[in-house]
Amino acid sequence: MTYLRPAFAHPDLPRNELGYTRKDYESALSTLCAGCGHDSISAAVVQACHETSIEPHKVAKVSGIGCSSKTPTYFLGNSHGFNSVHGRMPSVATGAAAANRELTYIGVSGDGDSASIGIGQFAHAVRRNVNMLYLVENNGCYGLTKGQDSATAEVGSRSKAGSVNQLAPIDLVSMALELGAGFVARSFSGDKAQLVPLIKAAIAHRGFALIDVISPCVTFNNNPGSTKSYDYVREHMNTTGHFDFVPMHQEITAQYPPGSSKEVTLHDGSSVHLHKLDDTIDPLDRRSALHALQEYKASGKILTGLIFMDEDSQDMHQVMNTCNKPLNQLTQSDLCPGNRVLQDINDSLR
Amino acid sequence: MKPTETKDPEFYHRVVDCQYACPAHTPVPEYIRLIAARQYTEAYMVNWESNVFPGILGRTCDRPCEPACRRGRLSEQEEAVAICRLKRVAADHKGDIRQFMPKVPREKNGKKVALIGAGPASLTVVRDLAPLGYELDMFDEQAAGGGFMRSQIPAFRLPEEVLEEELGYILDMGVSSHFNHRVTSLRYILECDYDAVFVGSGAPRGRDLPDLPGRQPGAGNIHIGIDWLASVAFGHIRSIGPGVLVLGGGNTAMDCCRTSRRIGGDNVKVVVRSPFKDMKASAWEKDDAMAEDIPIIDNHVPLSFVVENGKLVGMTFDRVEAFYDAAGKRTLVSTGEAPVLFECTDVIIAIGQENAFPWIERDLDISFDQWDMPKIDPVTFQSTNPRVFFGGDAAFGPENIITAVAHGHQAAVSINLLCSGKPVAERPPPRVTLVSQKMGMHEWIYDSPVSDDKRFAVPHASKEKALQDRLLEVELGFDATQAFYEAQRCLNCDAQTVFTETRCIECDACVDVCPTDCLTFAVNDEENALRPRLTMAANNREQPLYVSAELPTRRVMVKDENICLHCGLCAERCPTAAWDMQKFLYNVSLAELS
Ligand SMILES: Cc1cc2nc3c(=O)[nH]c(=O)nc-3n(C[C@H](O)[C@H](O)[C@H](O)COP(=O)(O)OP(=O)(O)OC[C@H]3O[C@@H](n4cnc5c(N)ncnc54)[C@H](O)[C@@H]3O)c2cc1C
Ligand SMILES: Cc1ncc(C[n+]2csc(CCOP(=O)(O)OP(=O)(O)O)c2C)c(N)n1
Ligand code: SF4
Ligand code: SF4
Ligand code: SF4
Ligand SMILES: [Mg+2]
Repeated sequence: MTYLRPAFAHPDLPRNELGYTRKDYESALSTLCAGCGHDSISAAVVQACHETSIEPHKVAKVSGIGCSSKTPTYFLGNSHGFNSVHGRMPSVATGAAAANRELTYIGVSGDGDSASIGIGQFAHAVRRNVNMLYLVENNGCYGLTKGQDSATAEVGSRSKAGSVNQLAPIDLVSMALELGAGFVARSFSGDKAQLVPLIKAAIAHRGFALIDVISPCVTFNNNPGSTKSYDYVREHMNTTGHFDFVPMHQEITAQYPPGSSKEVTLHDGSSVHLHKLDDTIDPLDRRSALHALQEYKASGKILTGLIFMDEDSQDMHQVMNTCNKPLNQLTQSDLCPGNRVLQDINDSLR
Repeated sequence: MKPTETKDPEFYHRVVDCQYACPAHTPVPEYIRLIAARQYTEAYMVNWESNVFPGILGRTCDRPCEPACRRGRLSEQEEAVAICRLKRVAADHKGDIRQFMPKVPREKNGKKVALIGAGPASLTVVRDLAPLGYELDMFDEQAAGGGFMRSQIPAFRLPEEVLEEELGYILDMGVSSHFNHRVTSLRYILECDYDAVFVGSGAPRGRDLPDLPGRQPGAGNIHIGIDWLASVAFGHIRSIGPGVLVLGGGNTAMDCCRTSRRIGGDNVKVVVRSPFKDMKASAWEKDDAMAEDIPIIDNHVPLSFVVENGKLVGMTFDRVEAFYDAAGKRTLVSTGEAPVLFECTDVIIAIGQENAFPWIERDLDISFDQWDMPKIDPVTFQSTNPRVFFGGDAAFGPENIITAVAHGHQAAVSINLLCSGKPVAERPPPRVTLVSQKMGMHEWIYDSPVSDDKRFAVPHASKEKALQDRLLEVELGFDATQAFYEAQRCLNCDAQTVFTETRCIECDACVDVCPTDCLTFAVNDEENALRPRLTMAANNREQPLYVSAELPTRRVMVKDENICLHCGLCAERCPTAAWDMQKFLYNVSLAELS
């Protein structure tokens, strides 16, 4: 009987700039079903945070309810965490981000958590451009409550029990684009080569960054007829292009044939290198991205990769013009500077 | 790479590092689990069948298994499982084992074999052939059996009753023992009506320094290590002078100095030519000697024995420094300083042993090589005379007990094949089983969690007591609780990870969960190209890669066996049981199966 993670790691495990190994970004062993896509996403978060040398104590994980929302227990064991109420992760994240702008926020949600009960919350987090990585671990069902169809299940998708979904799906990627999100991507839990750099870029991006990760539920939605199974996704997956995240100060090593490559510099000096596979899509143009999504959907394909990115995105703090010091660190004298300051203000208005 | 041929028992055998390194291929993890389960009798029998002397070896084995133990590779601070000392626990705590011993038939099979020497090699041949109905004559010039185990290994490391017990199991198998009987002519033996002859006469000649000045005049107080140890063991020598110099850096030197400390040597030094780190003695033997206040003086080459008024008073040495060339070959170069004098009353020369076969006539169709060693087939142990087999130290020079046992088993197989009229080169295959350990969702038949404990030290008797009594055993052995925790350190390397590619859905769960990054989905390639490309580069080339057939995404599953913890997490997290933990039991086939 295990459920215990051995203390040993590979003796040659590389250390990052902080001297940490990947082990330092792990956490308790998962109790999700064996083979769950969500576990692969956790592993991708661990890898991305280790490789970009994020300080674990400067990360806050926020989640709702669902198997997906349980996963913050299984990664970044040395970070802050808040497992909130079903569908309410966005408001908790918004509050936290408002109070302390110095942390990195990783919101973890499910398709049920975000596209059903939490859809209003989701919409407003996008609208407010909260500076966070918003991960939707999308399995097309309510895994935790035994596999009912969720609002992201496609028409015609068959559940393990045999019922066929008749209701039109909500596509969170299209919705986020419509609502003005500055970083929108779709990925697949079974493709870490794509997912890990997307997570790194989403964390570096300033403002709201959505990654909708298709994440098969092995127990309730990995059957023939499901459109969120490992086999179906592998067969229908197309990607906008190869994607590299290059942290600040690091040399660019990837070599792609010239012509269709794009380099985008983020506000912190890191950059994103995109080698497009489909020249008709321009991920820096919102309309082109929306169009491409519709085109691929119409031809029965799943478009993955970086779908849209606005490098000039203005996050909530910039829009509201808040001070640089985190609000939760402001003292009485910062907030109530006294009569003399009041006098100055009054004088300026006379 | 081609998919790994796991049908070949040698692949999984190699994964069980300790068993693979053991010359007799004792199923180590199997007996360690039995010790953890407090099934000491069963643990003893697993050992006995494979290495014949668990109580003796649990105290004295050279333990080639331990440097090979996977546990020692896990980190710099981590040490091997105390495989050898756990064996002793099985011997110390076992119940009655007579009922499990093979029965020796009253009716003989009509074949006769002579054995020369009664050391571990010959005794192993007896252990394997007596139950098959062979009539066996064993000759030894000593007064009792055991060979060097009796005459060389001091009682403070191997108590006599332990030796007697395990010798007894074999001598009771109806062998005709002829002690105090030196064989002076192999021709004579061959002329008797034996179907085969086994030579297990060891390497009985201790090296001397005959040309060193002072050797002759000082002879009264200069001893040859192995002869001296034998004389102490048999009670012919009971004391030594207070100042003893022991020359040599091997285990014999360690036994000589520690024995000296017990019979009169107050000021005992070991003086060795080579640097300390190059000494042949095992690390633990050096530690034990130094713990008994015996300094080891390295980089000193003997120059002369100093004799005054007909009495040995000391030795002079040249101080040297070691230099190594690119190939690692060492030369000792004098520092040019004046020679050093160490005063002493006695010198013990323990600088190695040699084979000597003055009793083997050279016209018996037994070919000897340029070093006057018989030419022996390394698999069958047959000499160029098809009826004559060699094993133990007599075959390829001085080794150790477990090697002698391994030779004995194989020689017995050959003798049985010869006597059955079958070609000796047709070896019986090993007996192997591979059985799933799955009991439930997260439950295995073996204890899969990995213990974090550091290696436990075996308790010792107090130095004051030990030095007063040559016969008092220094090591006290693990008690049952210590043994349990030490046994739990074993990773169960025989619980093999077995992959069935047709079941894999490539969900990545196993790759993600593996605590030591053993697993990779990779596009296939040559081994050299694949090794550096894995999740963690597979740099230990002594450890194999396990490669699957191609999967639906055109990749293969590659497992680096190097530091797999056999924790079973991959199999627990696999939704389709594409990984399974299966116990691989490998037993060398003995004569009864040939
Ligand atoms: C001081 C010392 C300490 C050692 N300590 C260890 C240890 O701790 N662990 C370990 O594994 N190994 C140890 N060894 C090595 C080990 O003892 C030998 O490798 C092993 O005993 C070899 O077994 P064998 O059966 O080949 O021969 P031996 O044990 O040497 O037995 C050969 C026997 O043949 C007899 N014999 C030889 N010629 C004749 C003849 N012509 N007629 C009749 N009889 C004959 C000899 O009297 C002897 O009894 C030690 C060796 C020495 C010298
Ligand atoms: C307020 C509230 N309503 C309903 C539930 C029951 N419930 C628990 S998890 C869940 C759906 C989770 O689906 P999703 O977010 O897709 O997560 P998954 O388990 O599929 O990863 C529901 C409806 C609840 N816990 N709280
Ligand atoms: S861990 Fe156990 S099974 Fe593995 S090599 Fe060491 S003793 Fe043998
Ligand atoms: S048993 Fe499996 S999970 Fe455990 S170390 Fe070995 S390969 Fe990795
Ligand atoms: S966990 Fe099982 S099904 Fe998943 S990739 Fe590993 S072997 Fe394949
Ligand atoms: Mg879901």
